[in-house]
Order: sequence, then structure tokens, then C-alpha cells
Amino acid sequence: MNLTLKIWRQKNANDKGKLVDYPVSDISPDMSFLEMLDVLNEDLINKGEEPIAFDHDCREGICGMCSLYINGEAHGPDRGVTTCQLHMRMFKDGDTIFIEPFRAAAFPVIKDLIVDRTSFDRIQHAGGFISVNTSGNTIDANAIPVNKHDADTAFDAATCIGCGACVASCKNSSAMLFVSAKVSQFALLPQGQVEATDRVLNMVKQMDEEGFGNCTNTGACEVECPKGISLESIARMNREYLKASLKG
Amino acid sequence: MSGILNSSIGRKFAMALSAFFLMIFLVQHFAINLLSVCNSETFNEVSHFMGTNWLIQYVMQPILLIGVLFHFIMGFVLEIKNKGARKISYVKNNGNANSTWMSRNMIYSGLFILIFLVIHFLDFWFPEINIKYIQGDTSGLIDPNNAESGLRYYEELQHKFVPVWRVALYCIGFVFLSLHLLHGFSSAFQSVGANNKYTKGLRGFGKAYAILIPLGFIIIALFHHFNQ
Repeated sequence: MNLTLKIWRQKNANDKGKLVDYPVSDISPDMSFLEMLDVLNEDLINKGEEPIAFDHDCREGICGMCSLYINGEAHGPDRGVTTCQLHMRMFKDGDTIFIEPFRAAAFPVIKDLIVDRTSFDRIQHAGGFISVNTSGNTIDANAIPVNKHDADTAFDAATCIGCGACVASCKNSSAMLFVSAKVSQFALLPQGQVEATDRVLNMVKQMDEEGFGNCTNTGACEVECPKGISLESIARMNREYLKASLKG
Repeated sequence: MSGILNSSIGRKFAMALSAFFLMIFLVQHFAINLLSVCNSETFNEVSHFMGTNWLIQYVMQPILLIGVLFHFIMGFVLEIKNKGARKISYVKNNGNANSTWMSRNMIYSGLFILIFLVIHFLDFWFPEINIKYIQGDTSGLIDPNNAESGLRYYEELQHKFVPVWRVALYCIGFVFLSLHLLHGFSSAFQSVGANNKYTKGLRGFGKAYAILIPLGFIIIALFHHFNQ
């Protein structure tokens, strides 16, 4: 496959940045999108040019590091995949592909296609955990009965890898799907009940302070989420938040 | 509890509550308008009751005005905040791949509804306020000095829908209302946390509501235009 890539290049956070055209040739349809970028980077290094900076780690769709807004969609045109799982067979020979960083005020660009997603870490620190005594008297989690449906739904929510595709896809740059997944995975389980009130209030407060936008229920996040986190999570968080606000 | 309206979820919840209130009001308004097609006398009587009952005039009407103003102001405030959450736009963005046009453009459909409402108020509400509270005529009669002249509401309605431009404007206004409701109805339920096994059915009902109510208003406007 021969392709034309229009890639966002930005030296640092303060640089204005611009799209730069890169022709690539002899790309195998069986390559992953990141492997295609590896080929381009090797070529750039051989020519003595600055390689394109992009995030990646596990390359098997579980770490949430790879991002990229490809042809106007987070993680590209395929569904239920991260960029590392996106294959070049999704494109046609001769295509022009736009590659941009995830855009949100709360995700500032560090360099080229790499954005700072530590705002998600700070939201997690605000309440995305349970406090368990690990001093030797820990109760086995399996000793507490959990309804099968709740356990499955909690597990579904826990599959969120925090990649930020929800924020990137949302026209308002809202982080509601991410935060709601993290709230839901504990709200549905007995282990999460002790800190339920503080958790949702603190996580939503932190989310708002980070500068994410307001959710207007367009559903773009649900469609683009590589892990299929549902809008039901957001509805659950809304209920949890209203309940916690009345209590607090 | 104090900070609820300062939070993104609290604002969402407040928007949804005002939306529910306005959607209920819309049904009531439609029902009364429908009377004008079925029976002019009943329409006159109900209109007179609505226009002179103290509970409706001094309690419900101010609540409605507050609800309308709140929904518009909060809508614009949220839009400005949301614009600030993405300072640099994408060069290429394929919004149609993951969301509906209606859901992404609520601010524009809302803006057109606001323009329509201003015209609607100038046509009907301000003249009513002038007659009742400035001129002091609460008789509802065509000729306040002649008890036999009959109630004025149906005649005024017919008169308003004579010009083609006004009928066209109302039809366009209701198309935008329909587009707004096509997303707004189900969105309001999602905002208050109602997403469950009934959601699919509710979405279907919402679509029917969003099409049939504005279509009904359009048919009523056309009826009065052609039935002069």
C-alpha cells in the first residue's frame, strides 16, 4: 500500500504545531497502525530527520497508552480497538490519512502526537480506589457474596484502560465515561460501599477542576471506546452523585 | 448539597429538570391549540380560563418563564464552558461516525427556537399582557363594552395566521423544535440517571414525541392559514 500521511508535528507544548505530509510506500495491509509509524520513523531516522513522537507500550490493547486521532476518529475507523490493534487493511491503497493528537484542554500536547493524560491519574487519586487493611487480617474478596449480574457489570466497567478516547471523541471534551467507569466498578460491589459517597463527590470535583467539558449525551464516547464502556455507567454515576450530594 | 449546581453533573441534572418541565408544558400547549381546530367556542373558554385564572397567571406563568429563561441561559453557559474545554480543534473530525447531527448541534437548534420564541412572544404574549395588565381589560371580549360580542381569542388566532411569512416562520421554528427534541428527550432521562431496560422503549417514545408534537403544531398553523 502507498499512502500519504498528514501528521501533526509540534516541537513542544509551547510550539504552535502544524500538519506535515509524509508519503509512505510498500506498507503491508497486515501491519498494525503503529508498525506503519515505526516504518516511517526508521525512514526518518535514516534520513537524519526527527522521528515522530507517539505514545505506545503493550501493543496488545490493554495498557491504554496509544492514542491518536486518525481520520477524524479516536483510534481510527475500526470499532472496539486501540490504535495498536488497528490494522492497515482498514485503509485503501492511495489513501490520505490525517493523524492528530487527542485534543482537549485537559490533555495538553507534550510533543507531536503525545499528550499529557495525567489529569486522569489525578482523578483516580481523588477516589478511584478502595481502602483495604493488608496488615494480615485481610478478608478474602471471594468470601463476600456478590450478585452475578453486578459482578459482571462491575467487571465490564473495570475494563476501562483510561486511554482517553472518550475525551478525544466528545465534542465537549468531557471525561464522564472514564470517571463513570471508575465510579461504577466500585459502586456495584460491596467492597466499594464504605467510601462510595466521598469517592463520587471527590472524583467529579477533580474532573471539573481539570477543565474537562460537560457531558451532553451525544454518545460519541460509547461508540469510540475501545473497551465498549456503556452510557449506562454515566447514568449510574449521575445517580451516585445525586445520592451522595443529598447525603453530603 | 450546596455545591451541586457548581458541578458538571448538577448542571446536567438542572438542565434535565427544566427540560422535563418544558416538555410537559409543550403537551399542555398543544392540547389547547388542538381545541382551536376542534371547537372554537371551547378554545375561547379554555383560553379565557388560562388567561384569567390567578393560579395560572401569577404562579404557573412566572414558573414557566423562569424555566424557559433558565434552560436557555444554562444552555449557553454550558456551551461556552464546553468550547473552552477544547481550545484547539481537530483539522479532520468525523462527528457523523459516532453521534447524530442533532446531538452535536443542540445549541444551534436551541438558538433558532429562541428566535422563534421571541417572535411568538411578540405575536401573542406581549399583546395579552398589554390588554390585561396595562389596559386593564380582563373581559376577554372582542368589544369590552359589548357583552354580546363574544370572546376574542379564536378570532385573534385566526388573524395572526393570515400572513404566509408568519406561517412559514412558525413551521421552520417547529422543525428546529423537533430536531432539538429528537436528542433532548432521551438525553434528559440519561442526565437524571435513568438508563435501564426501559431506555430503548423510552427512546422510541421520545422520537414519536419529538416528531408528532411539532408536526401537530405545524398542522394547526396551516389549518388556521387555509381555514380563513
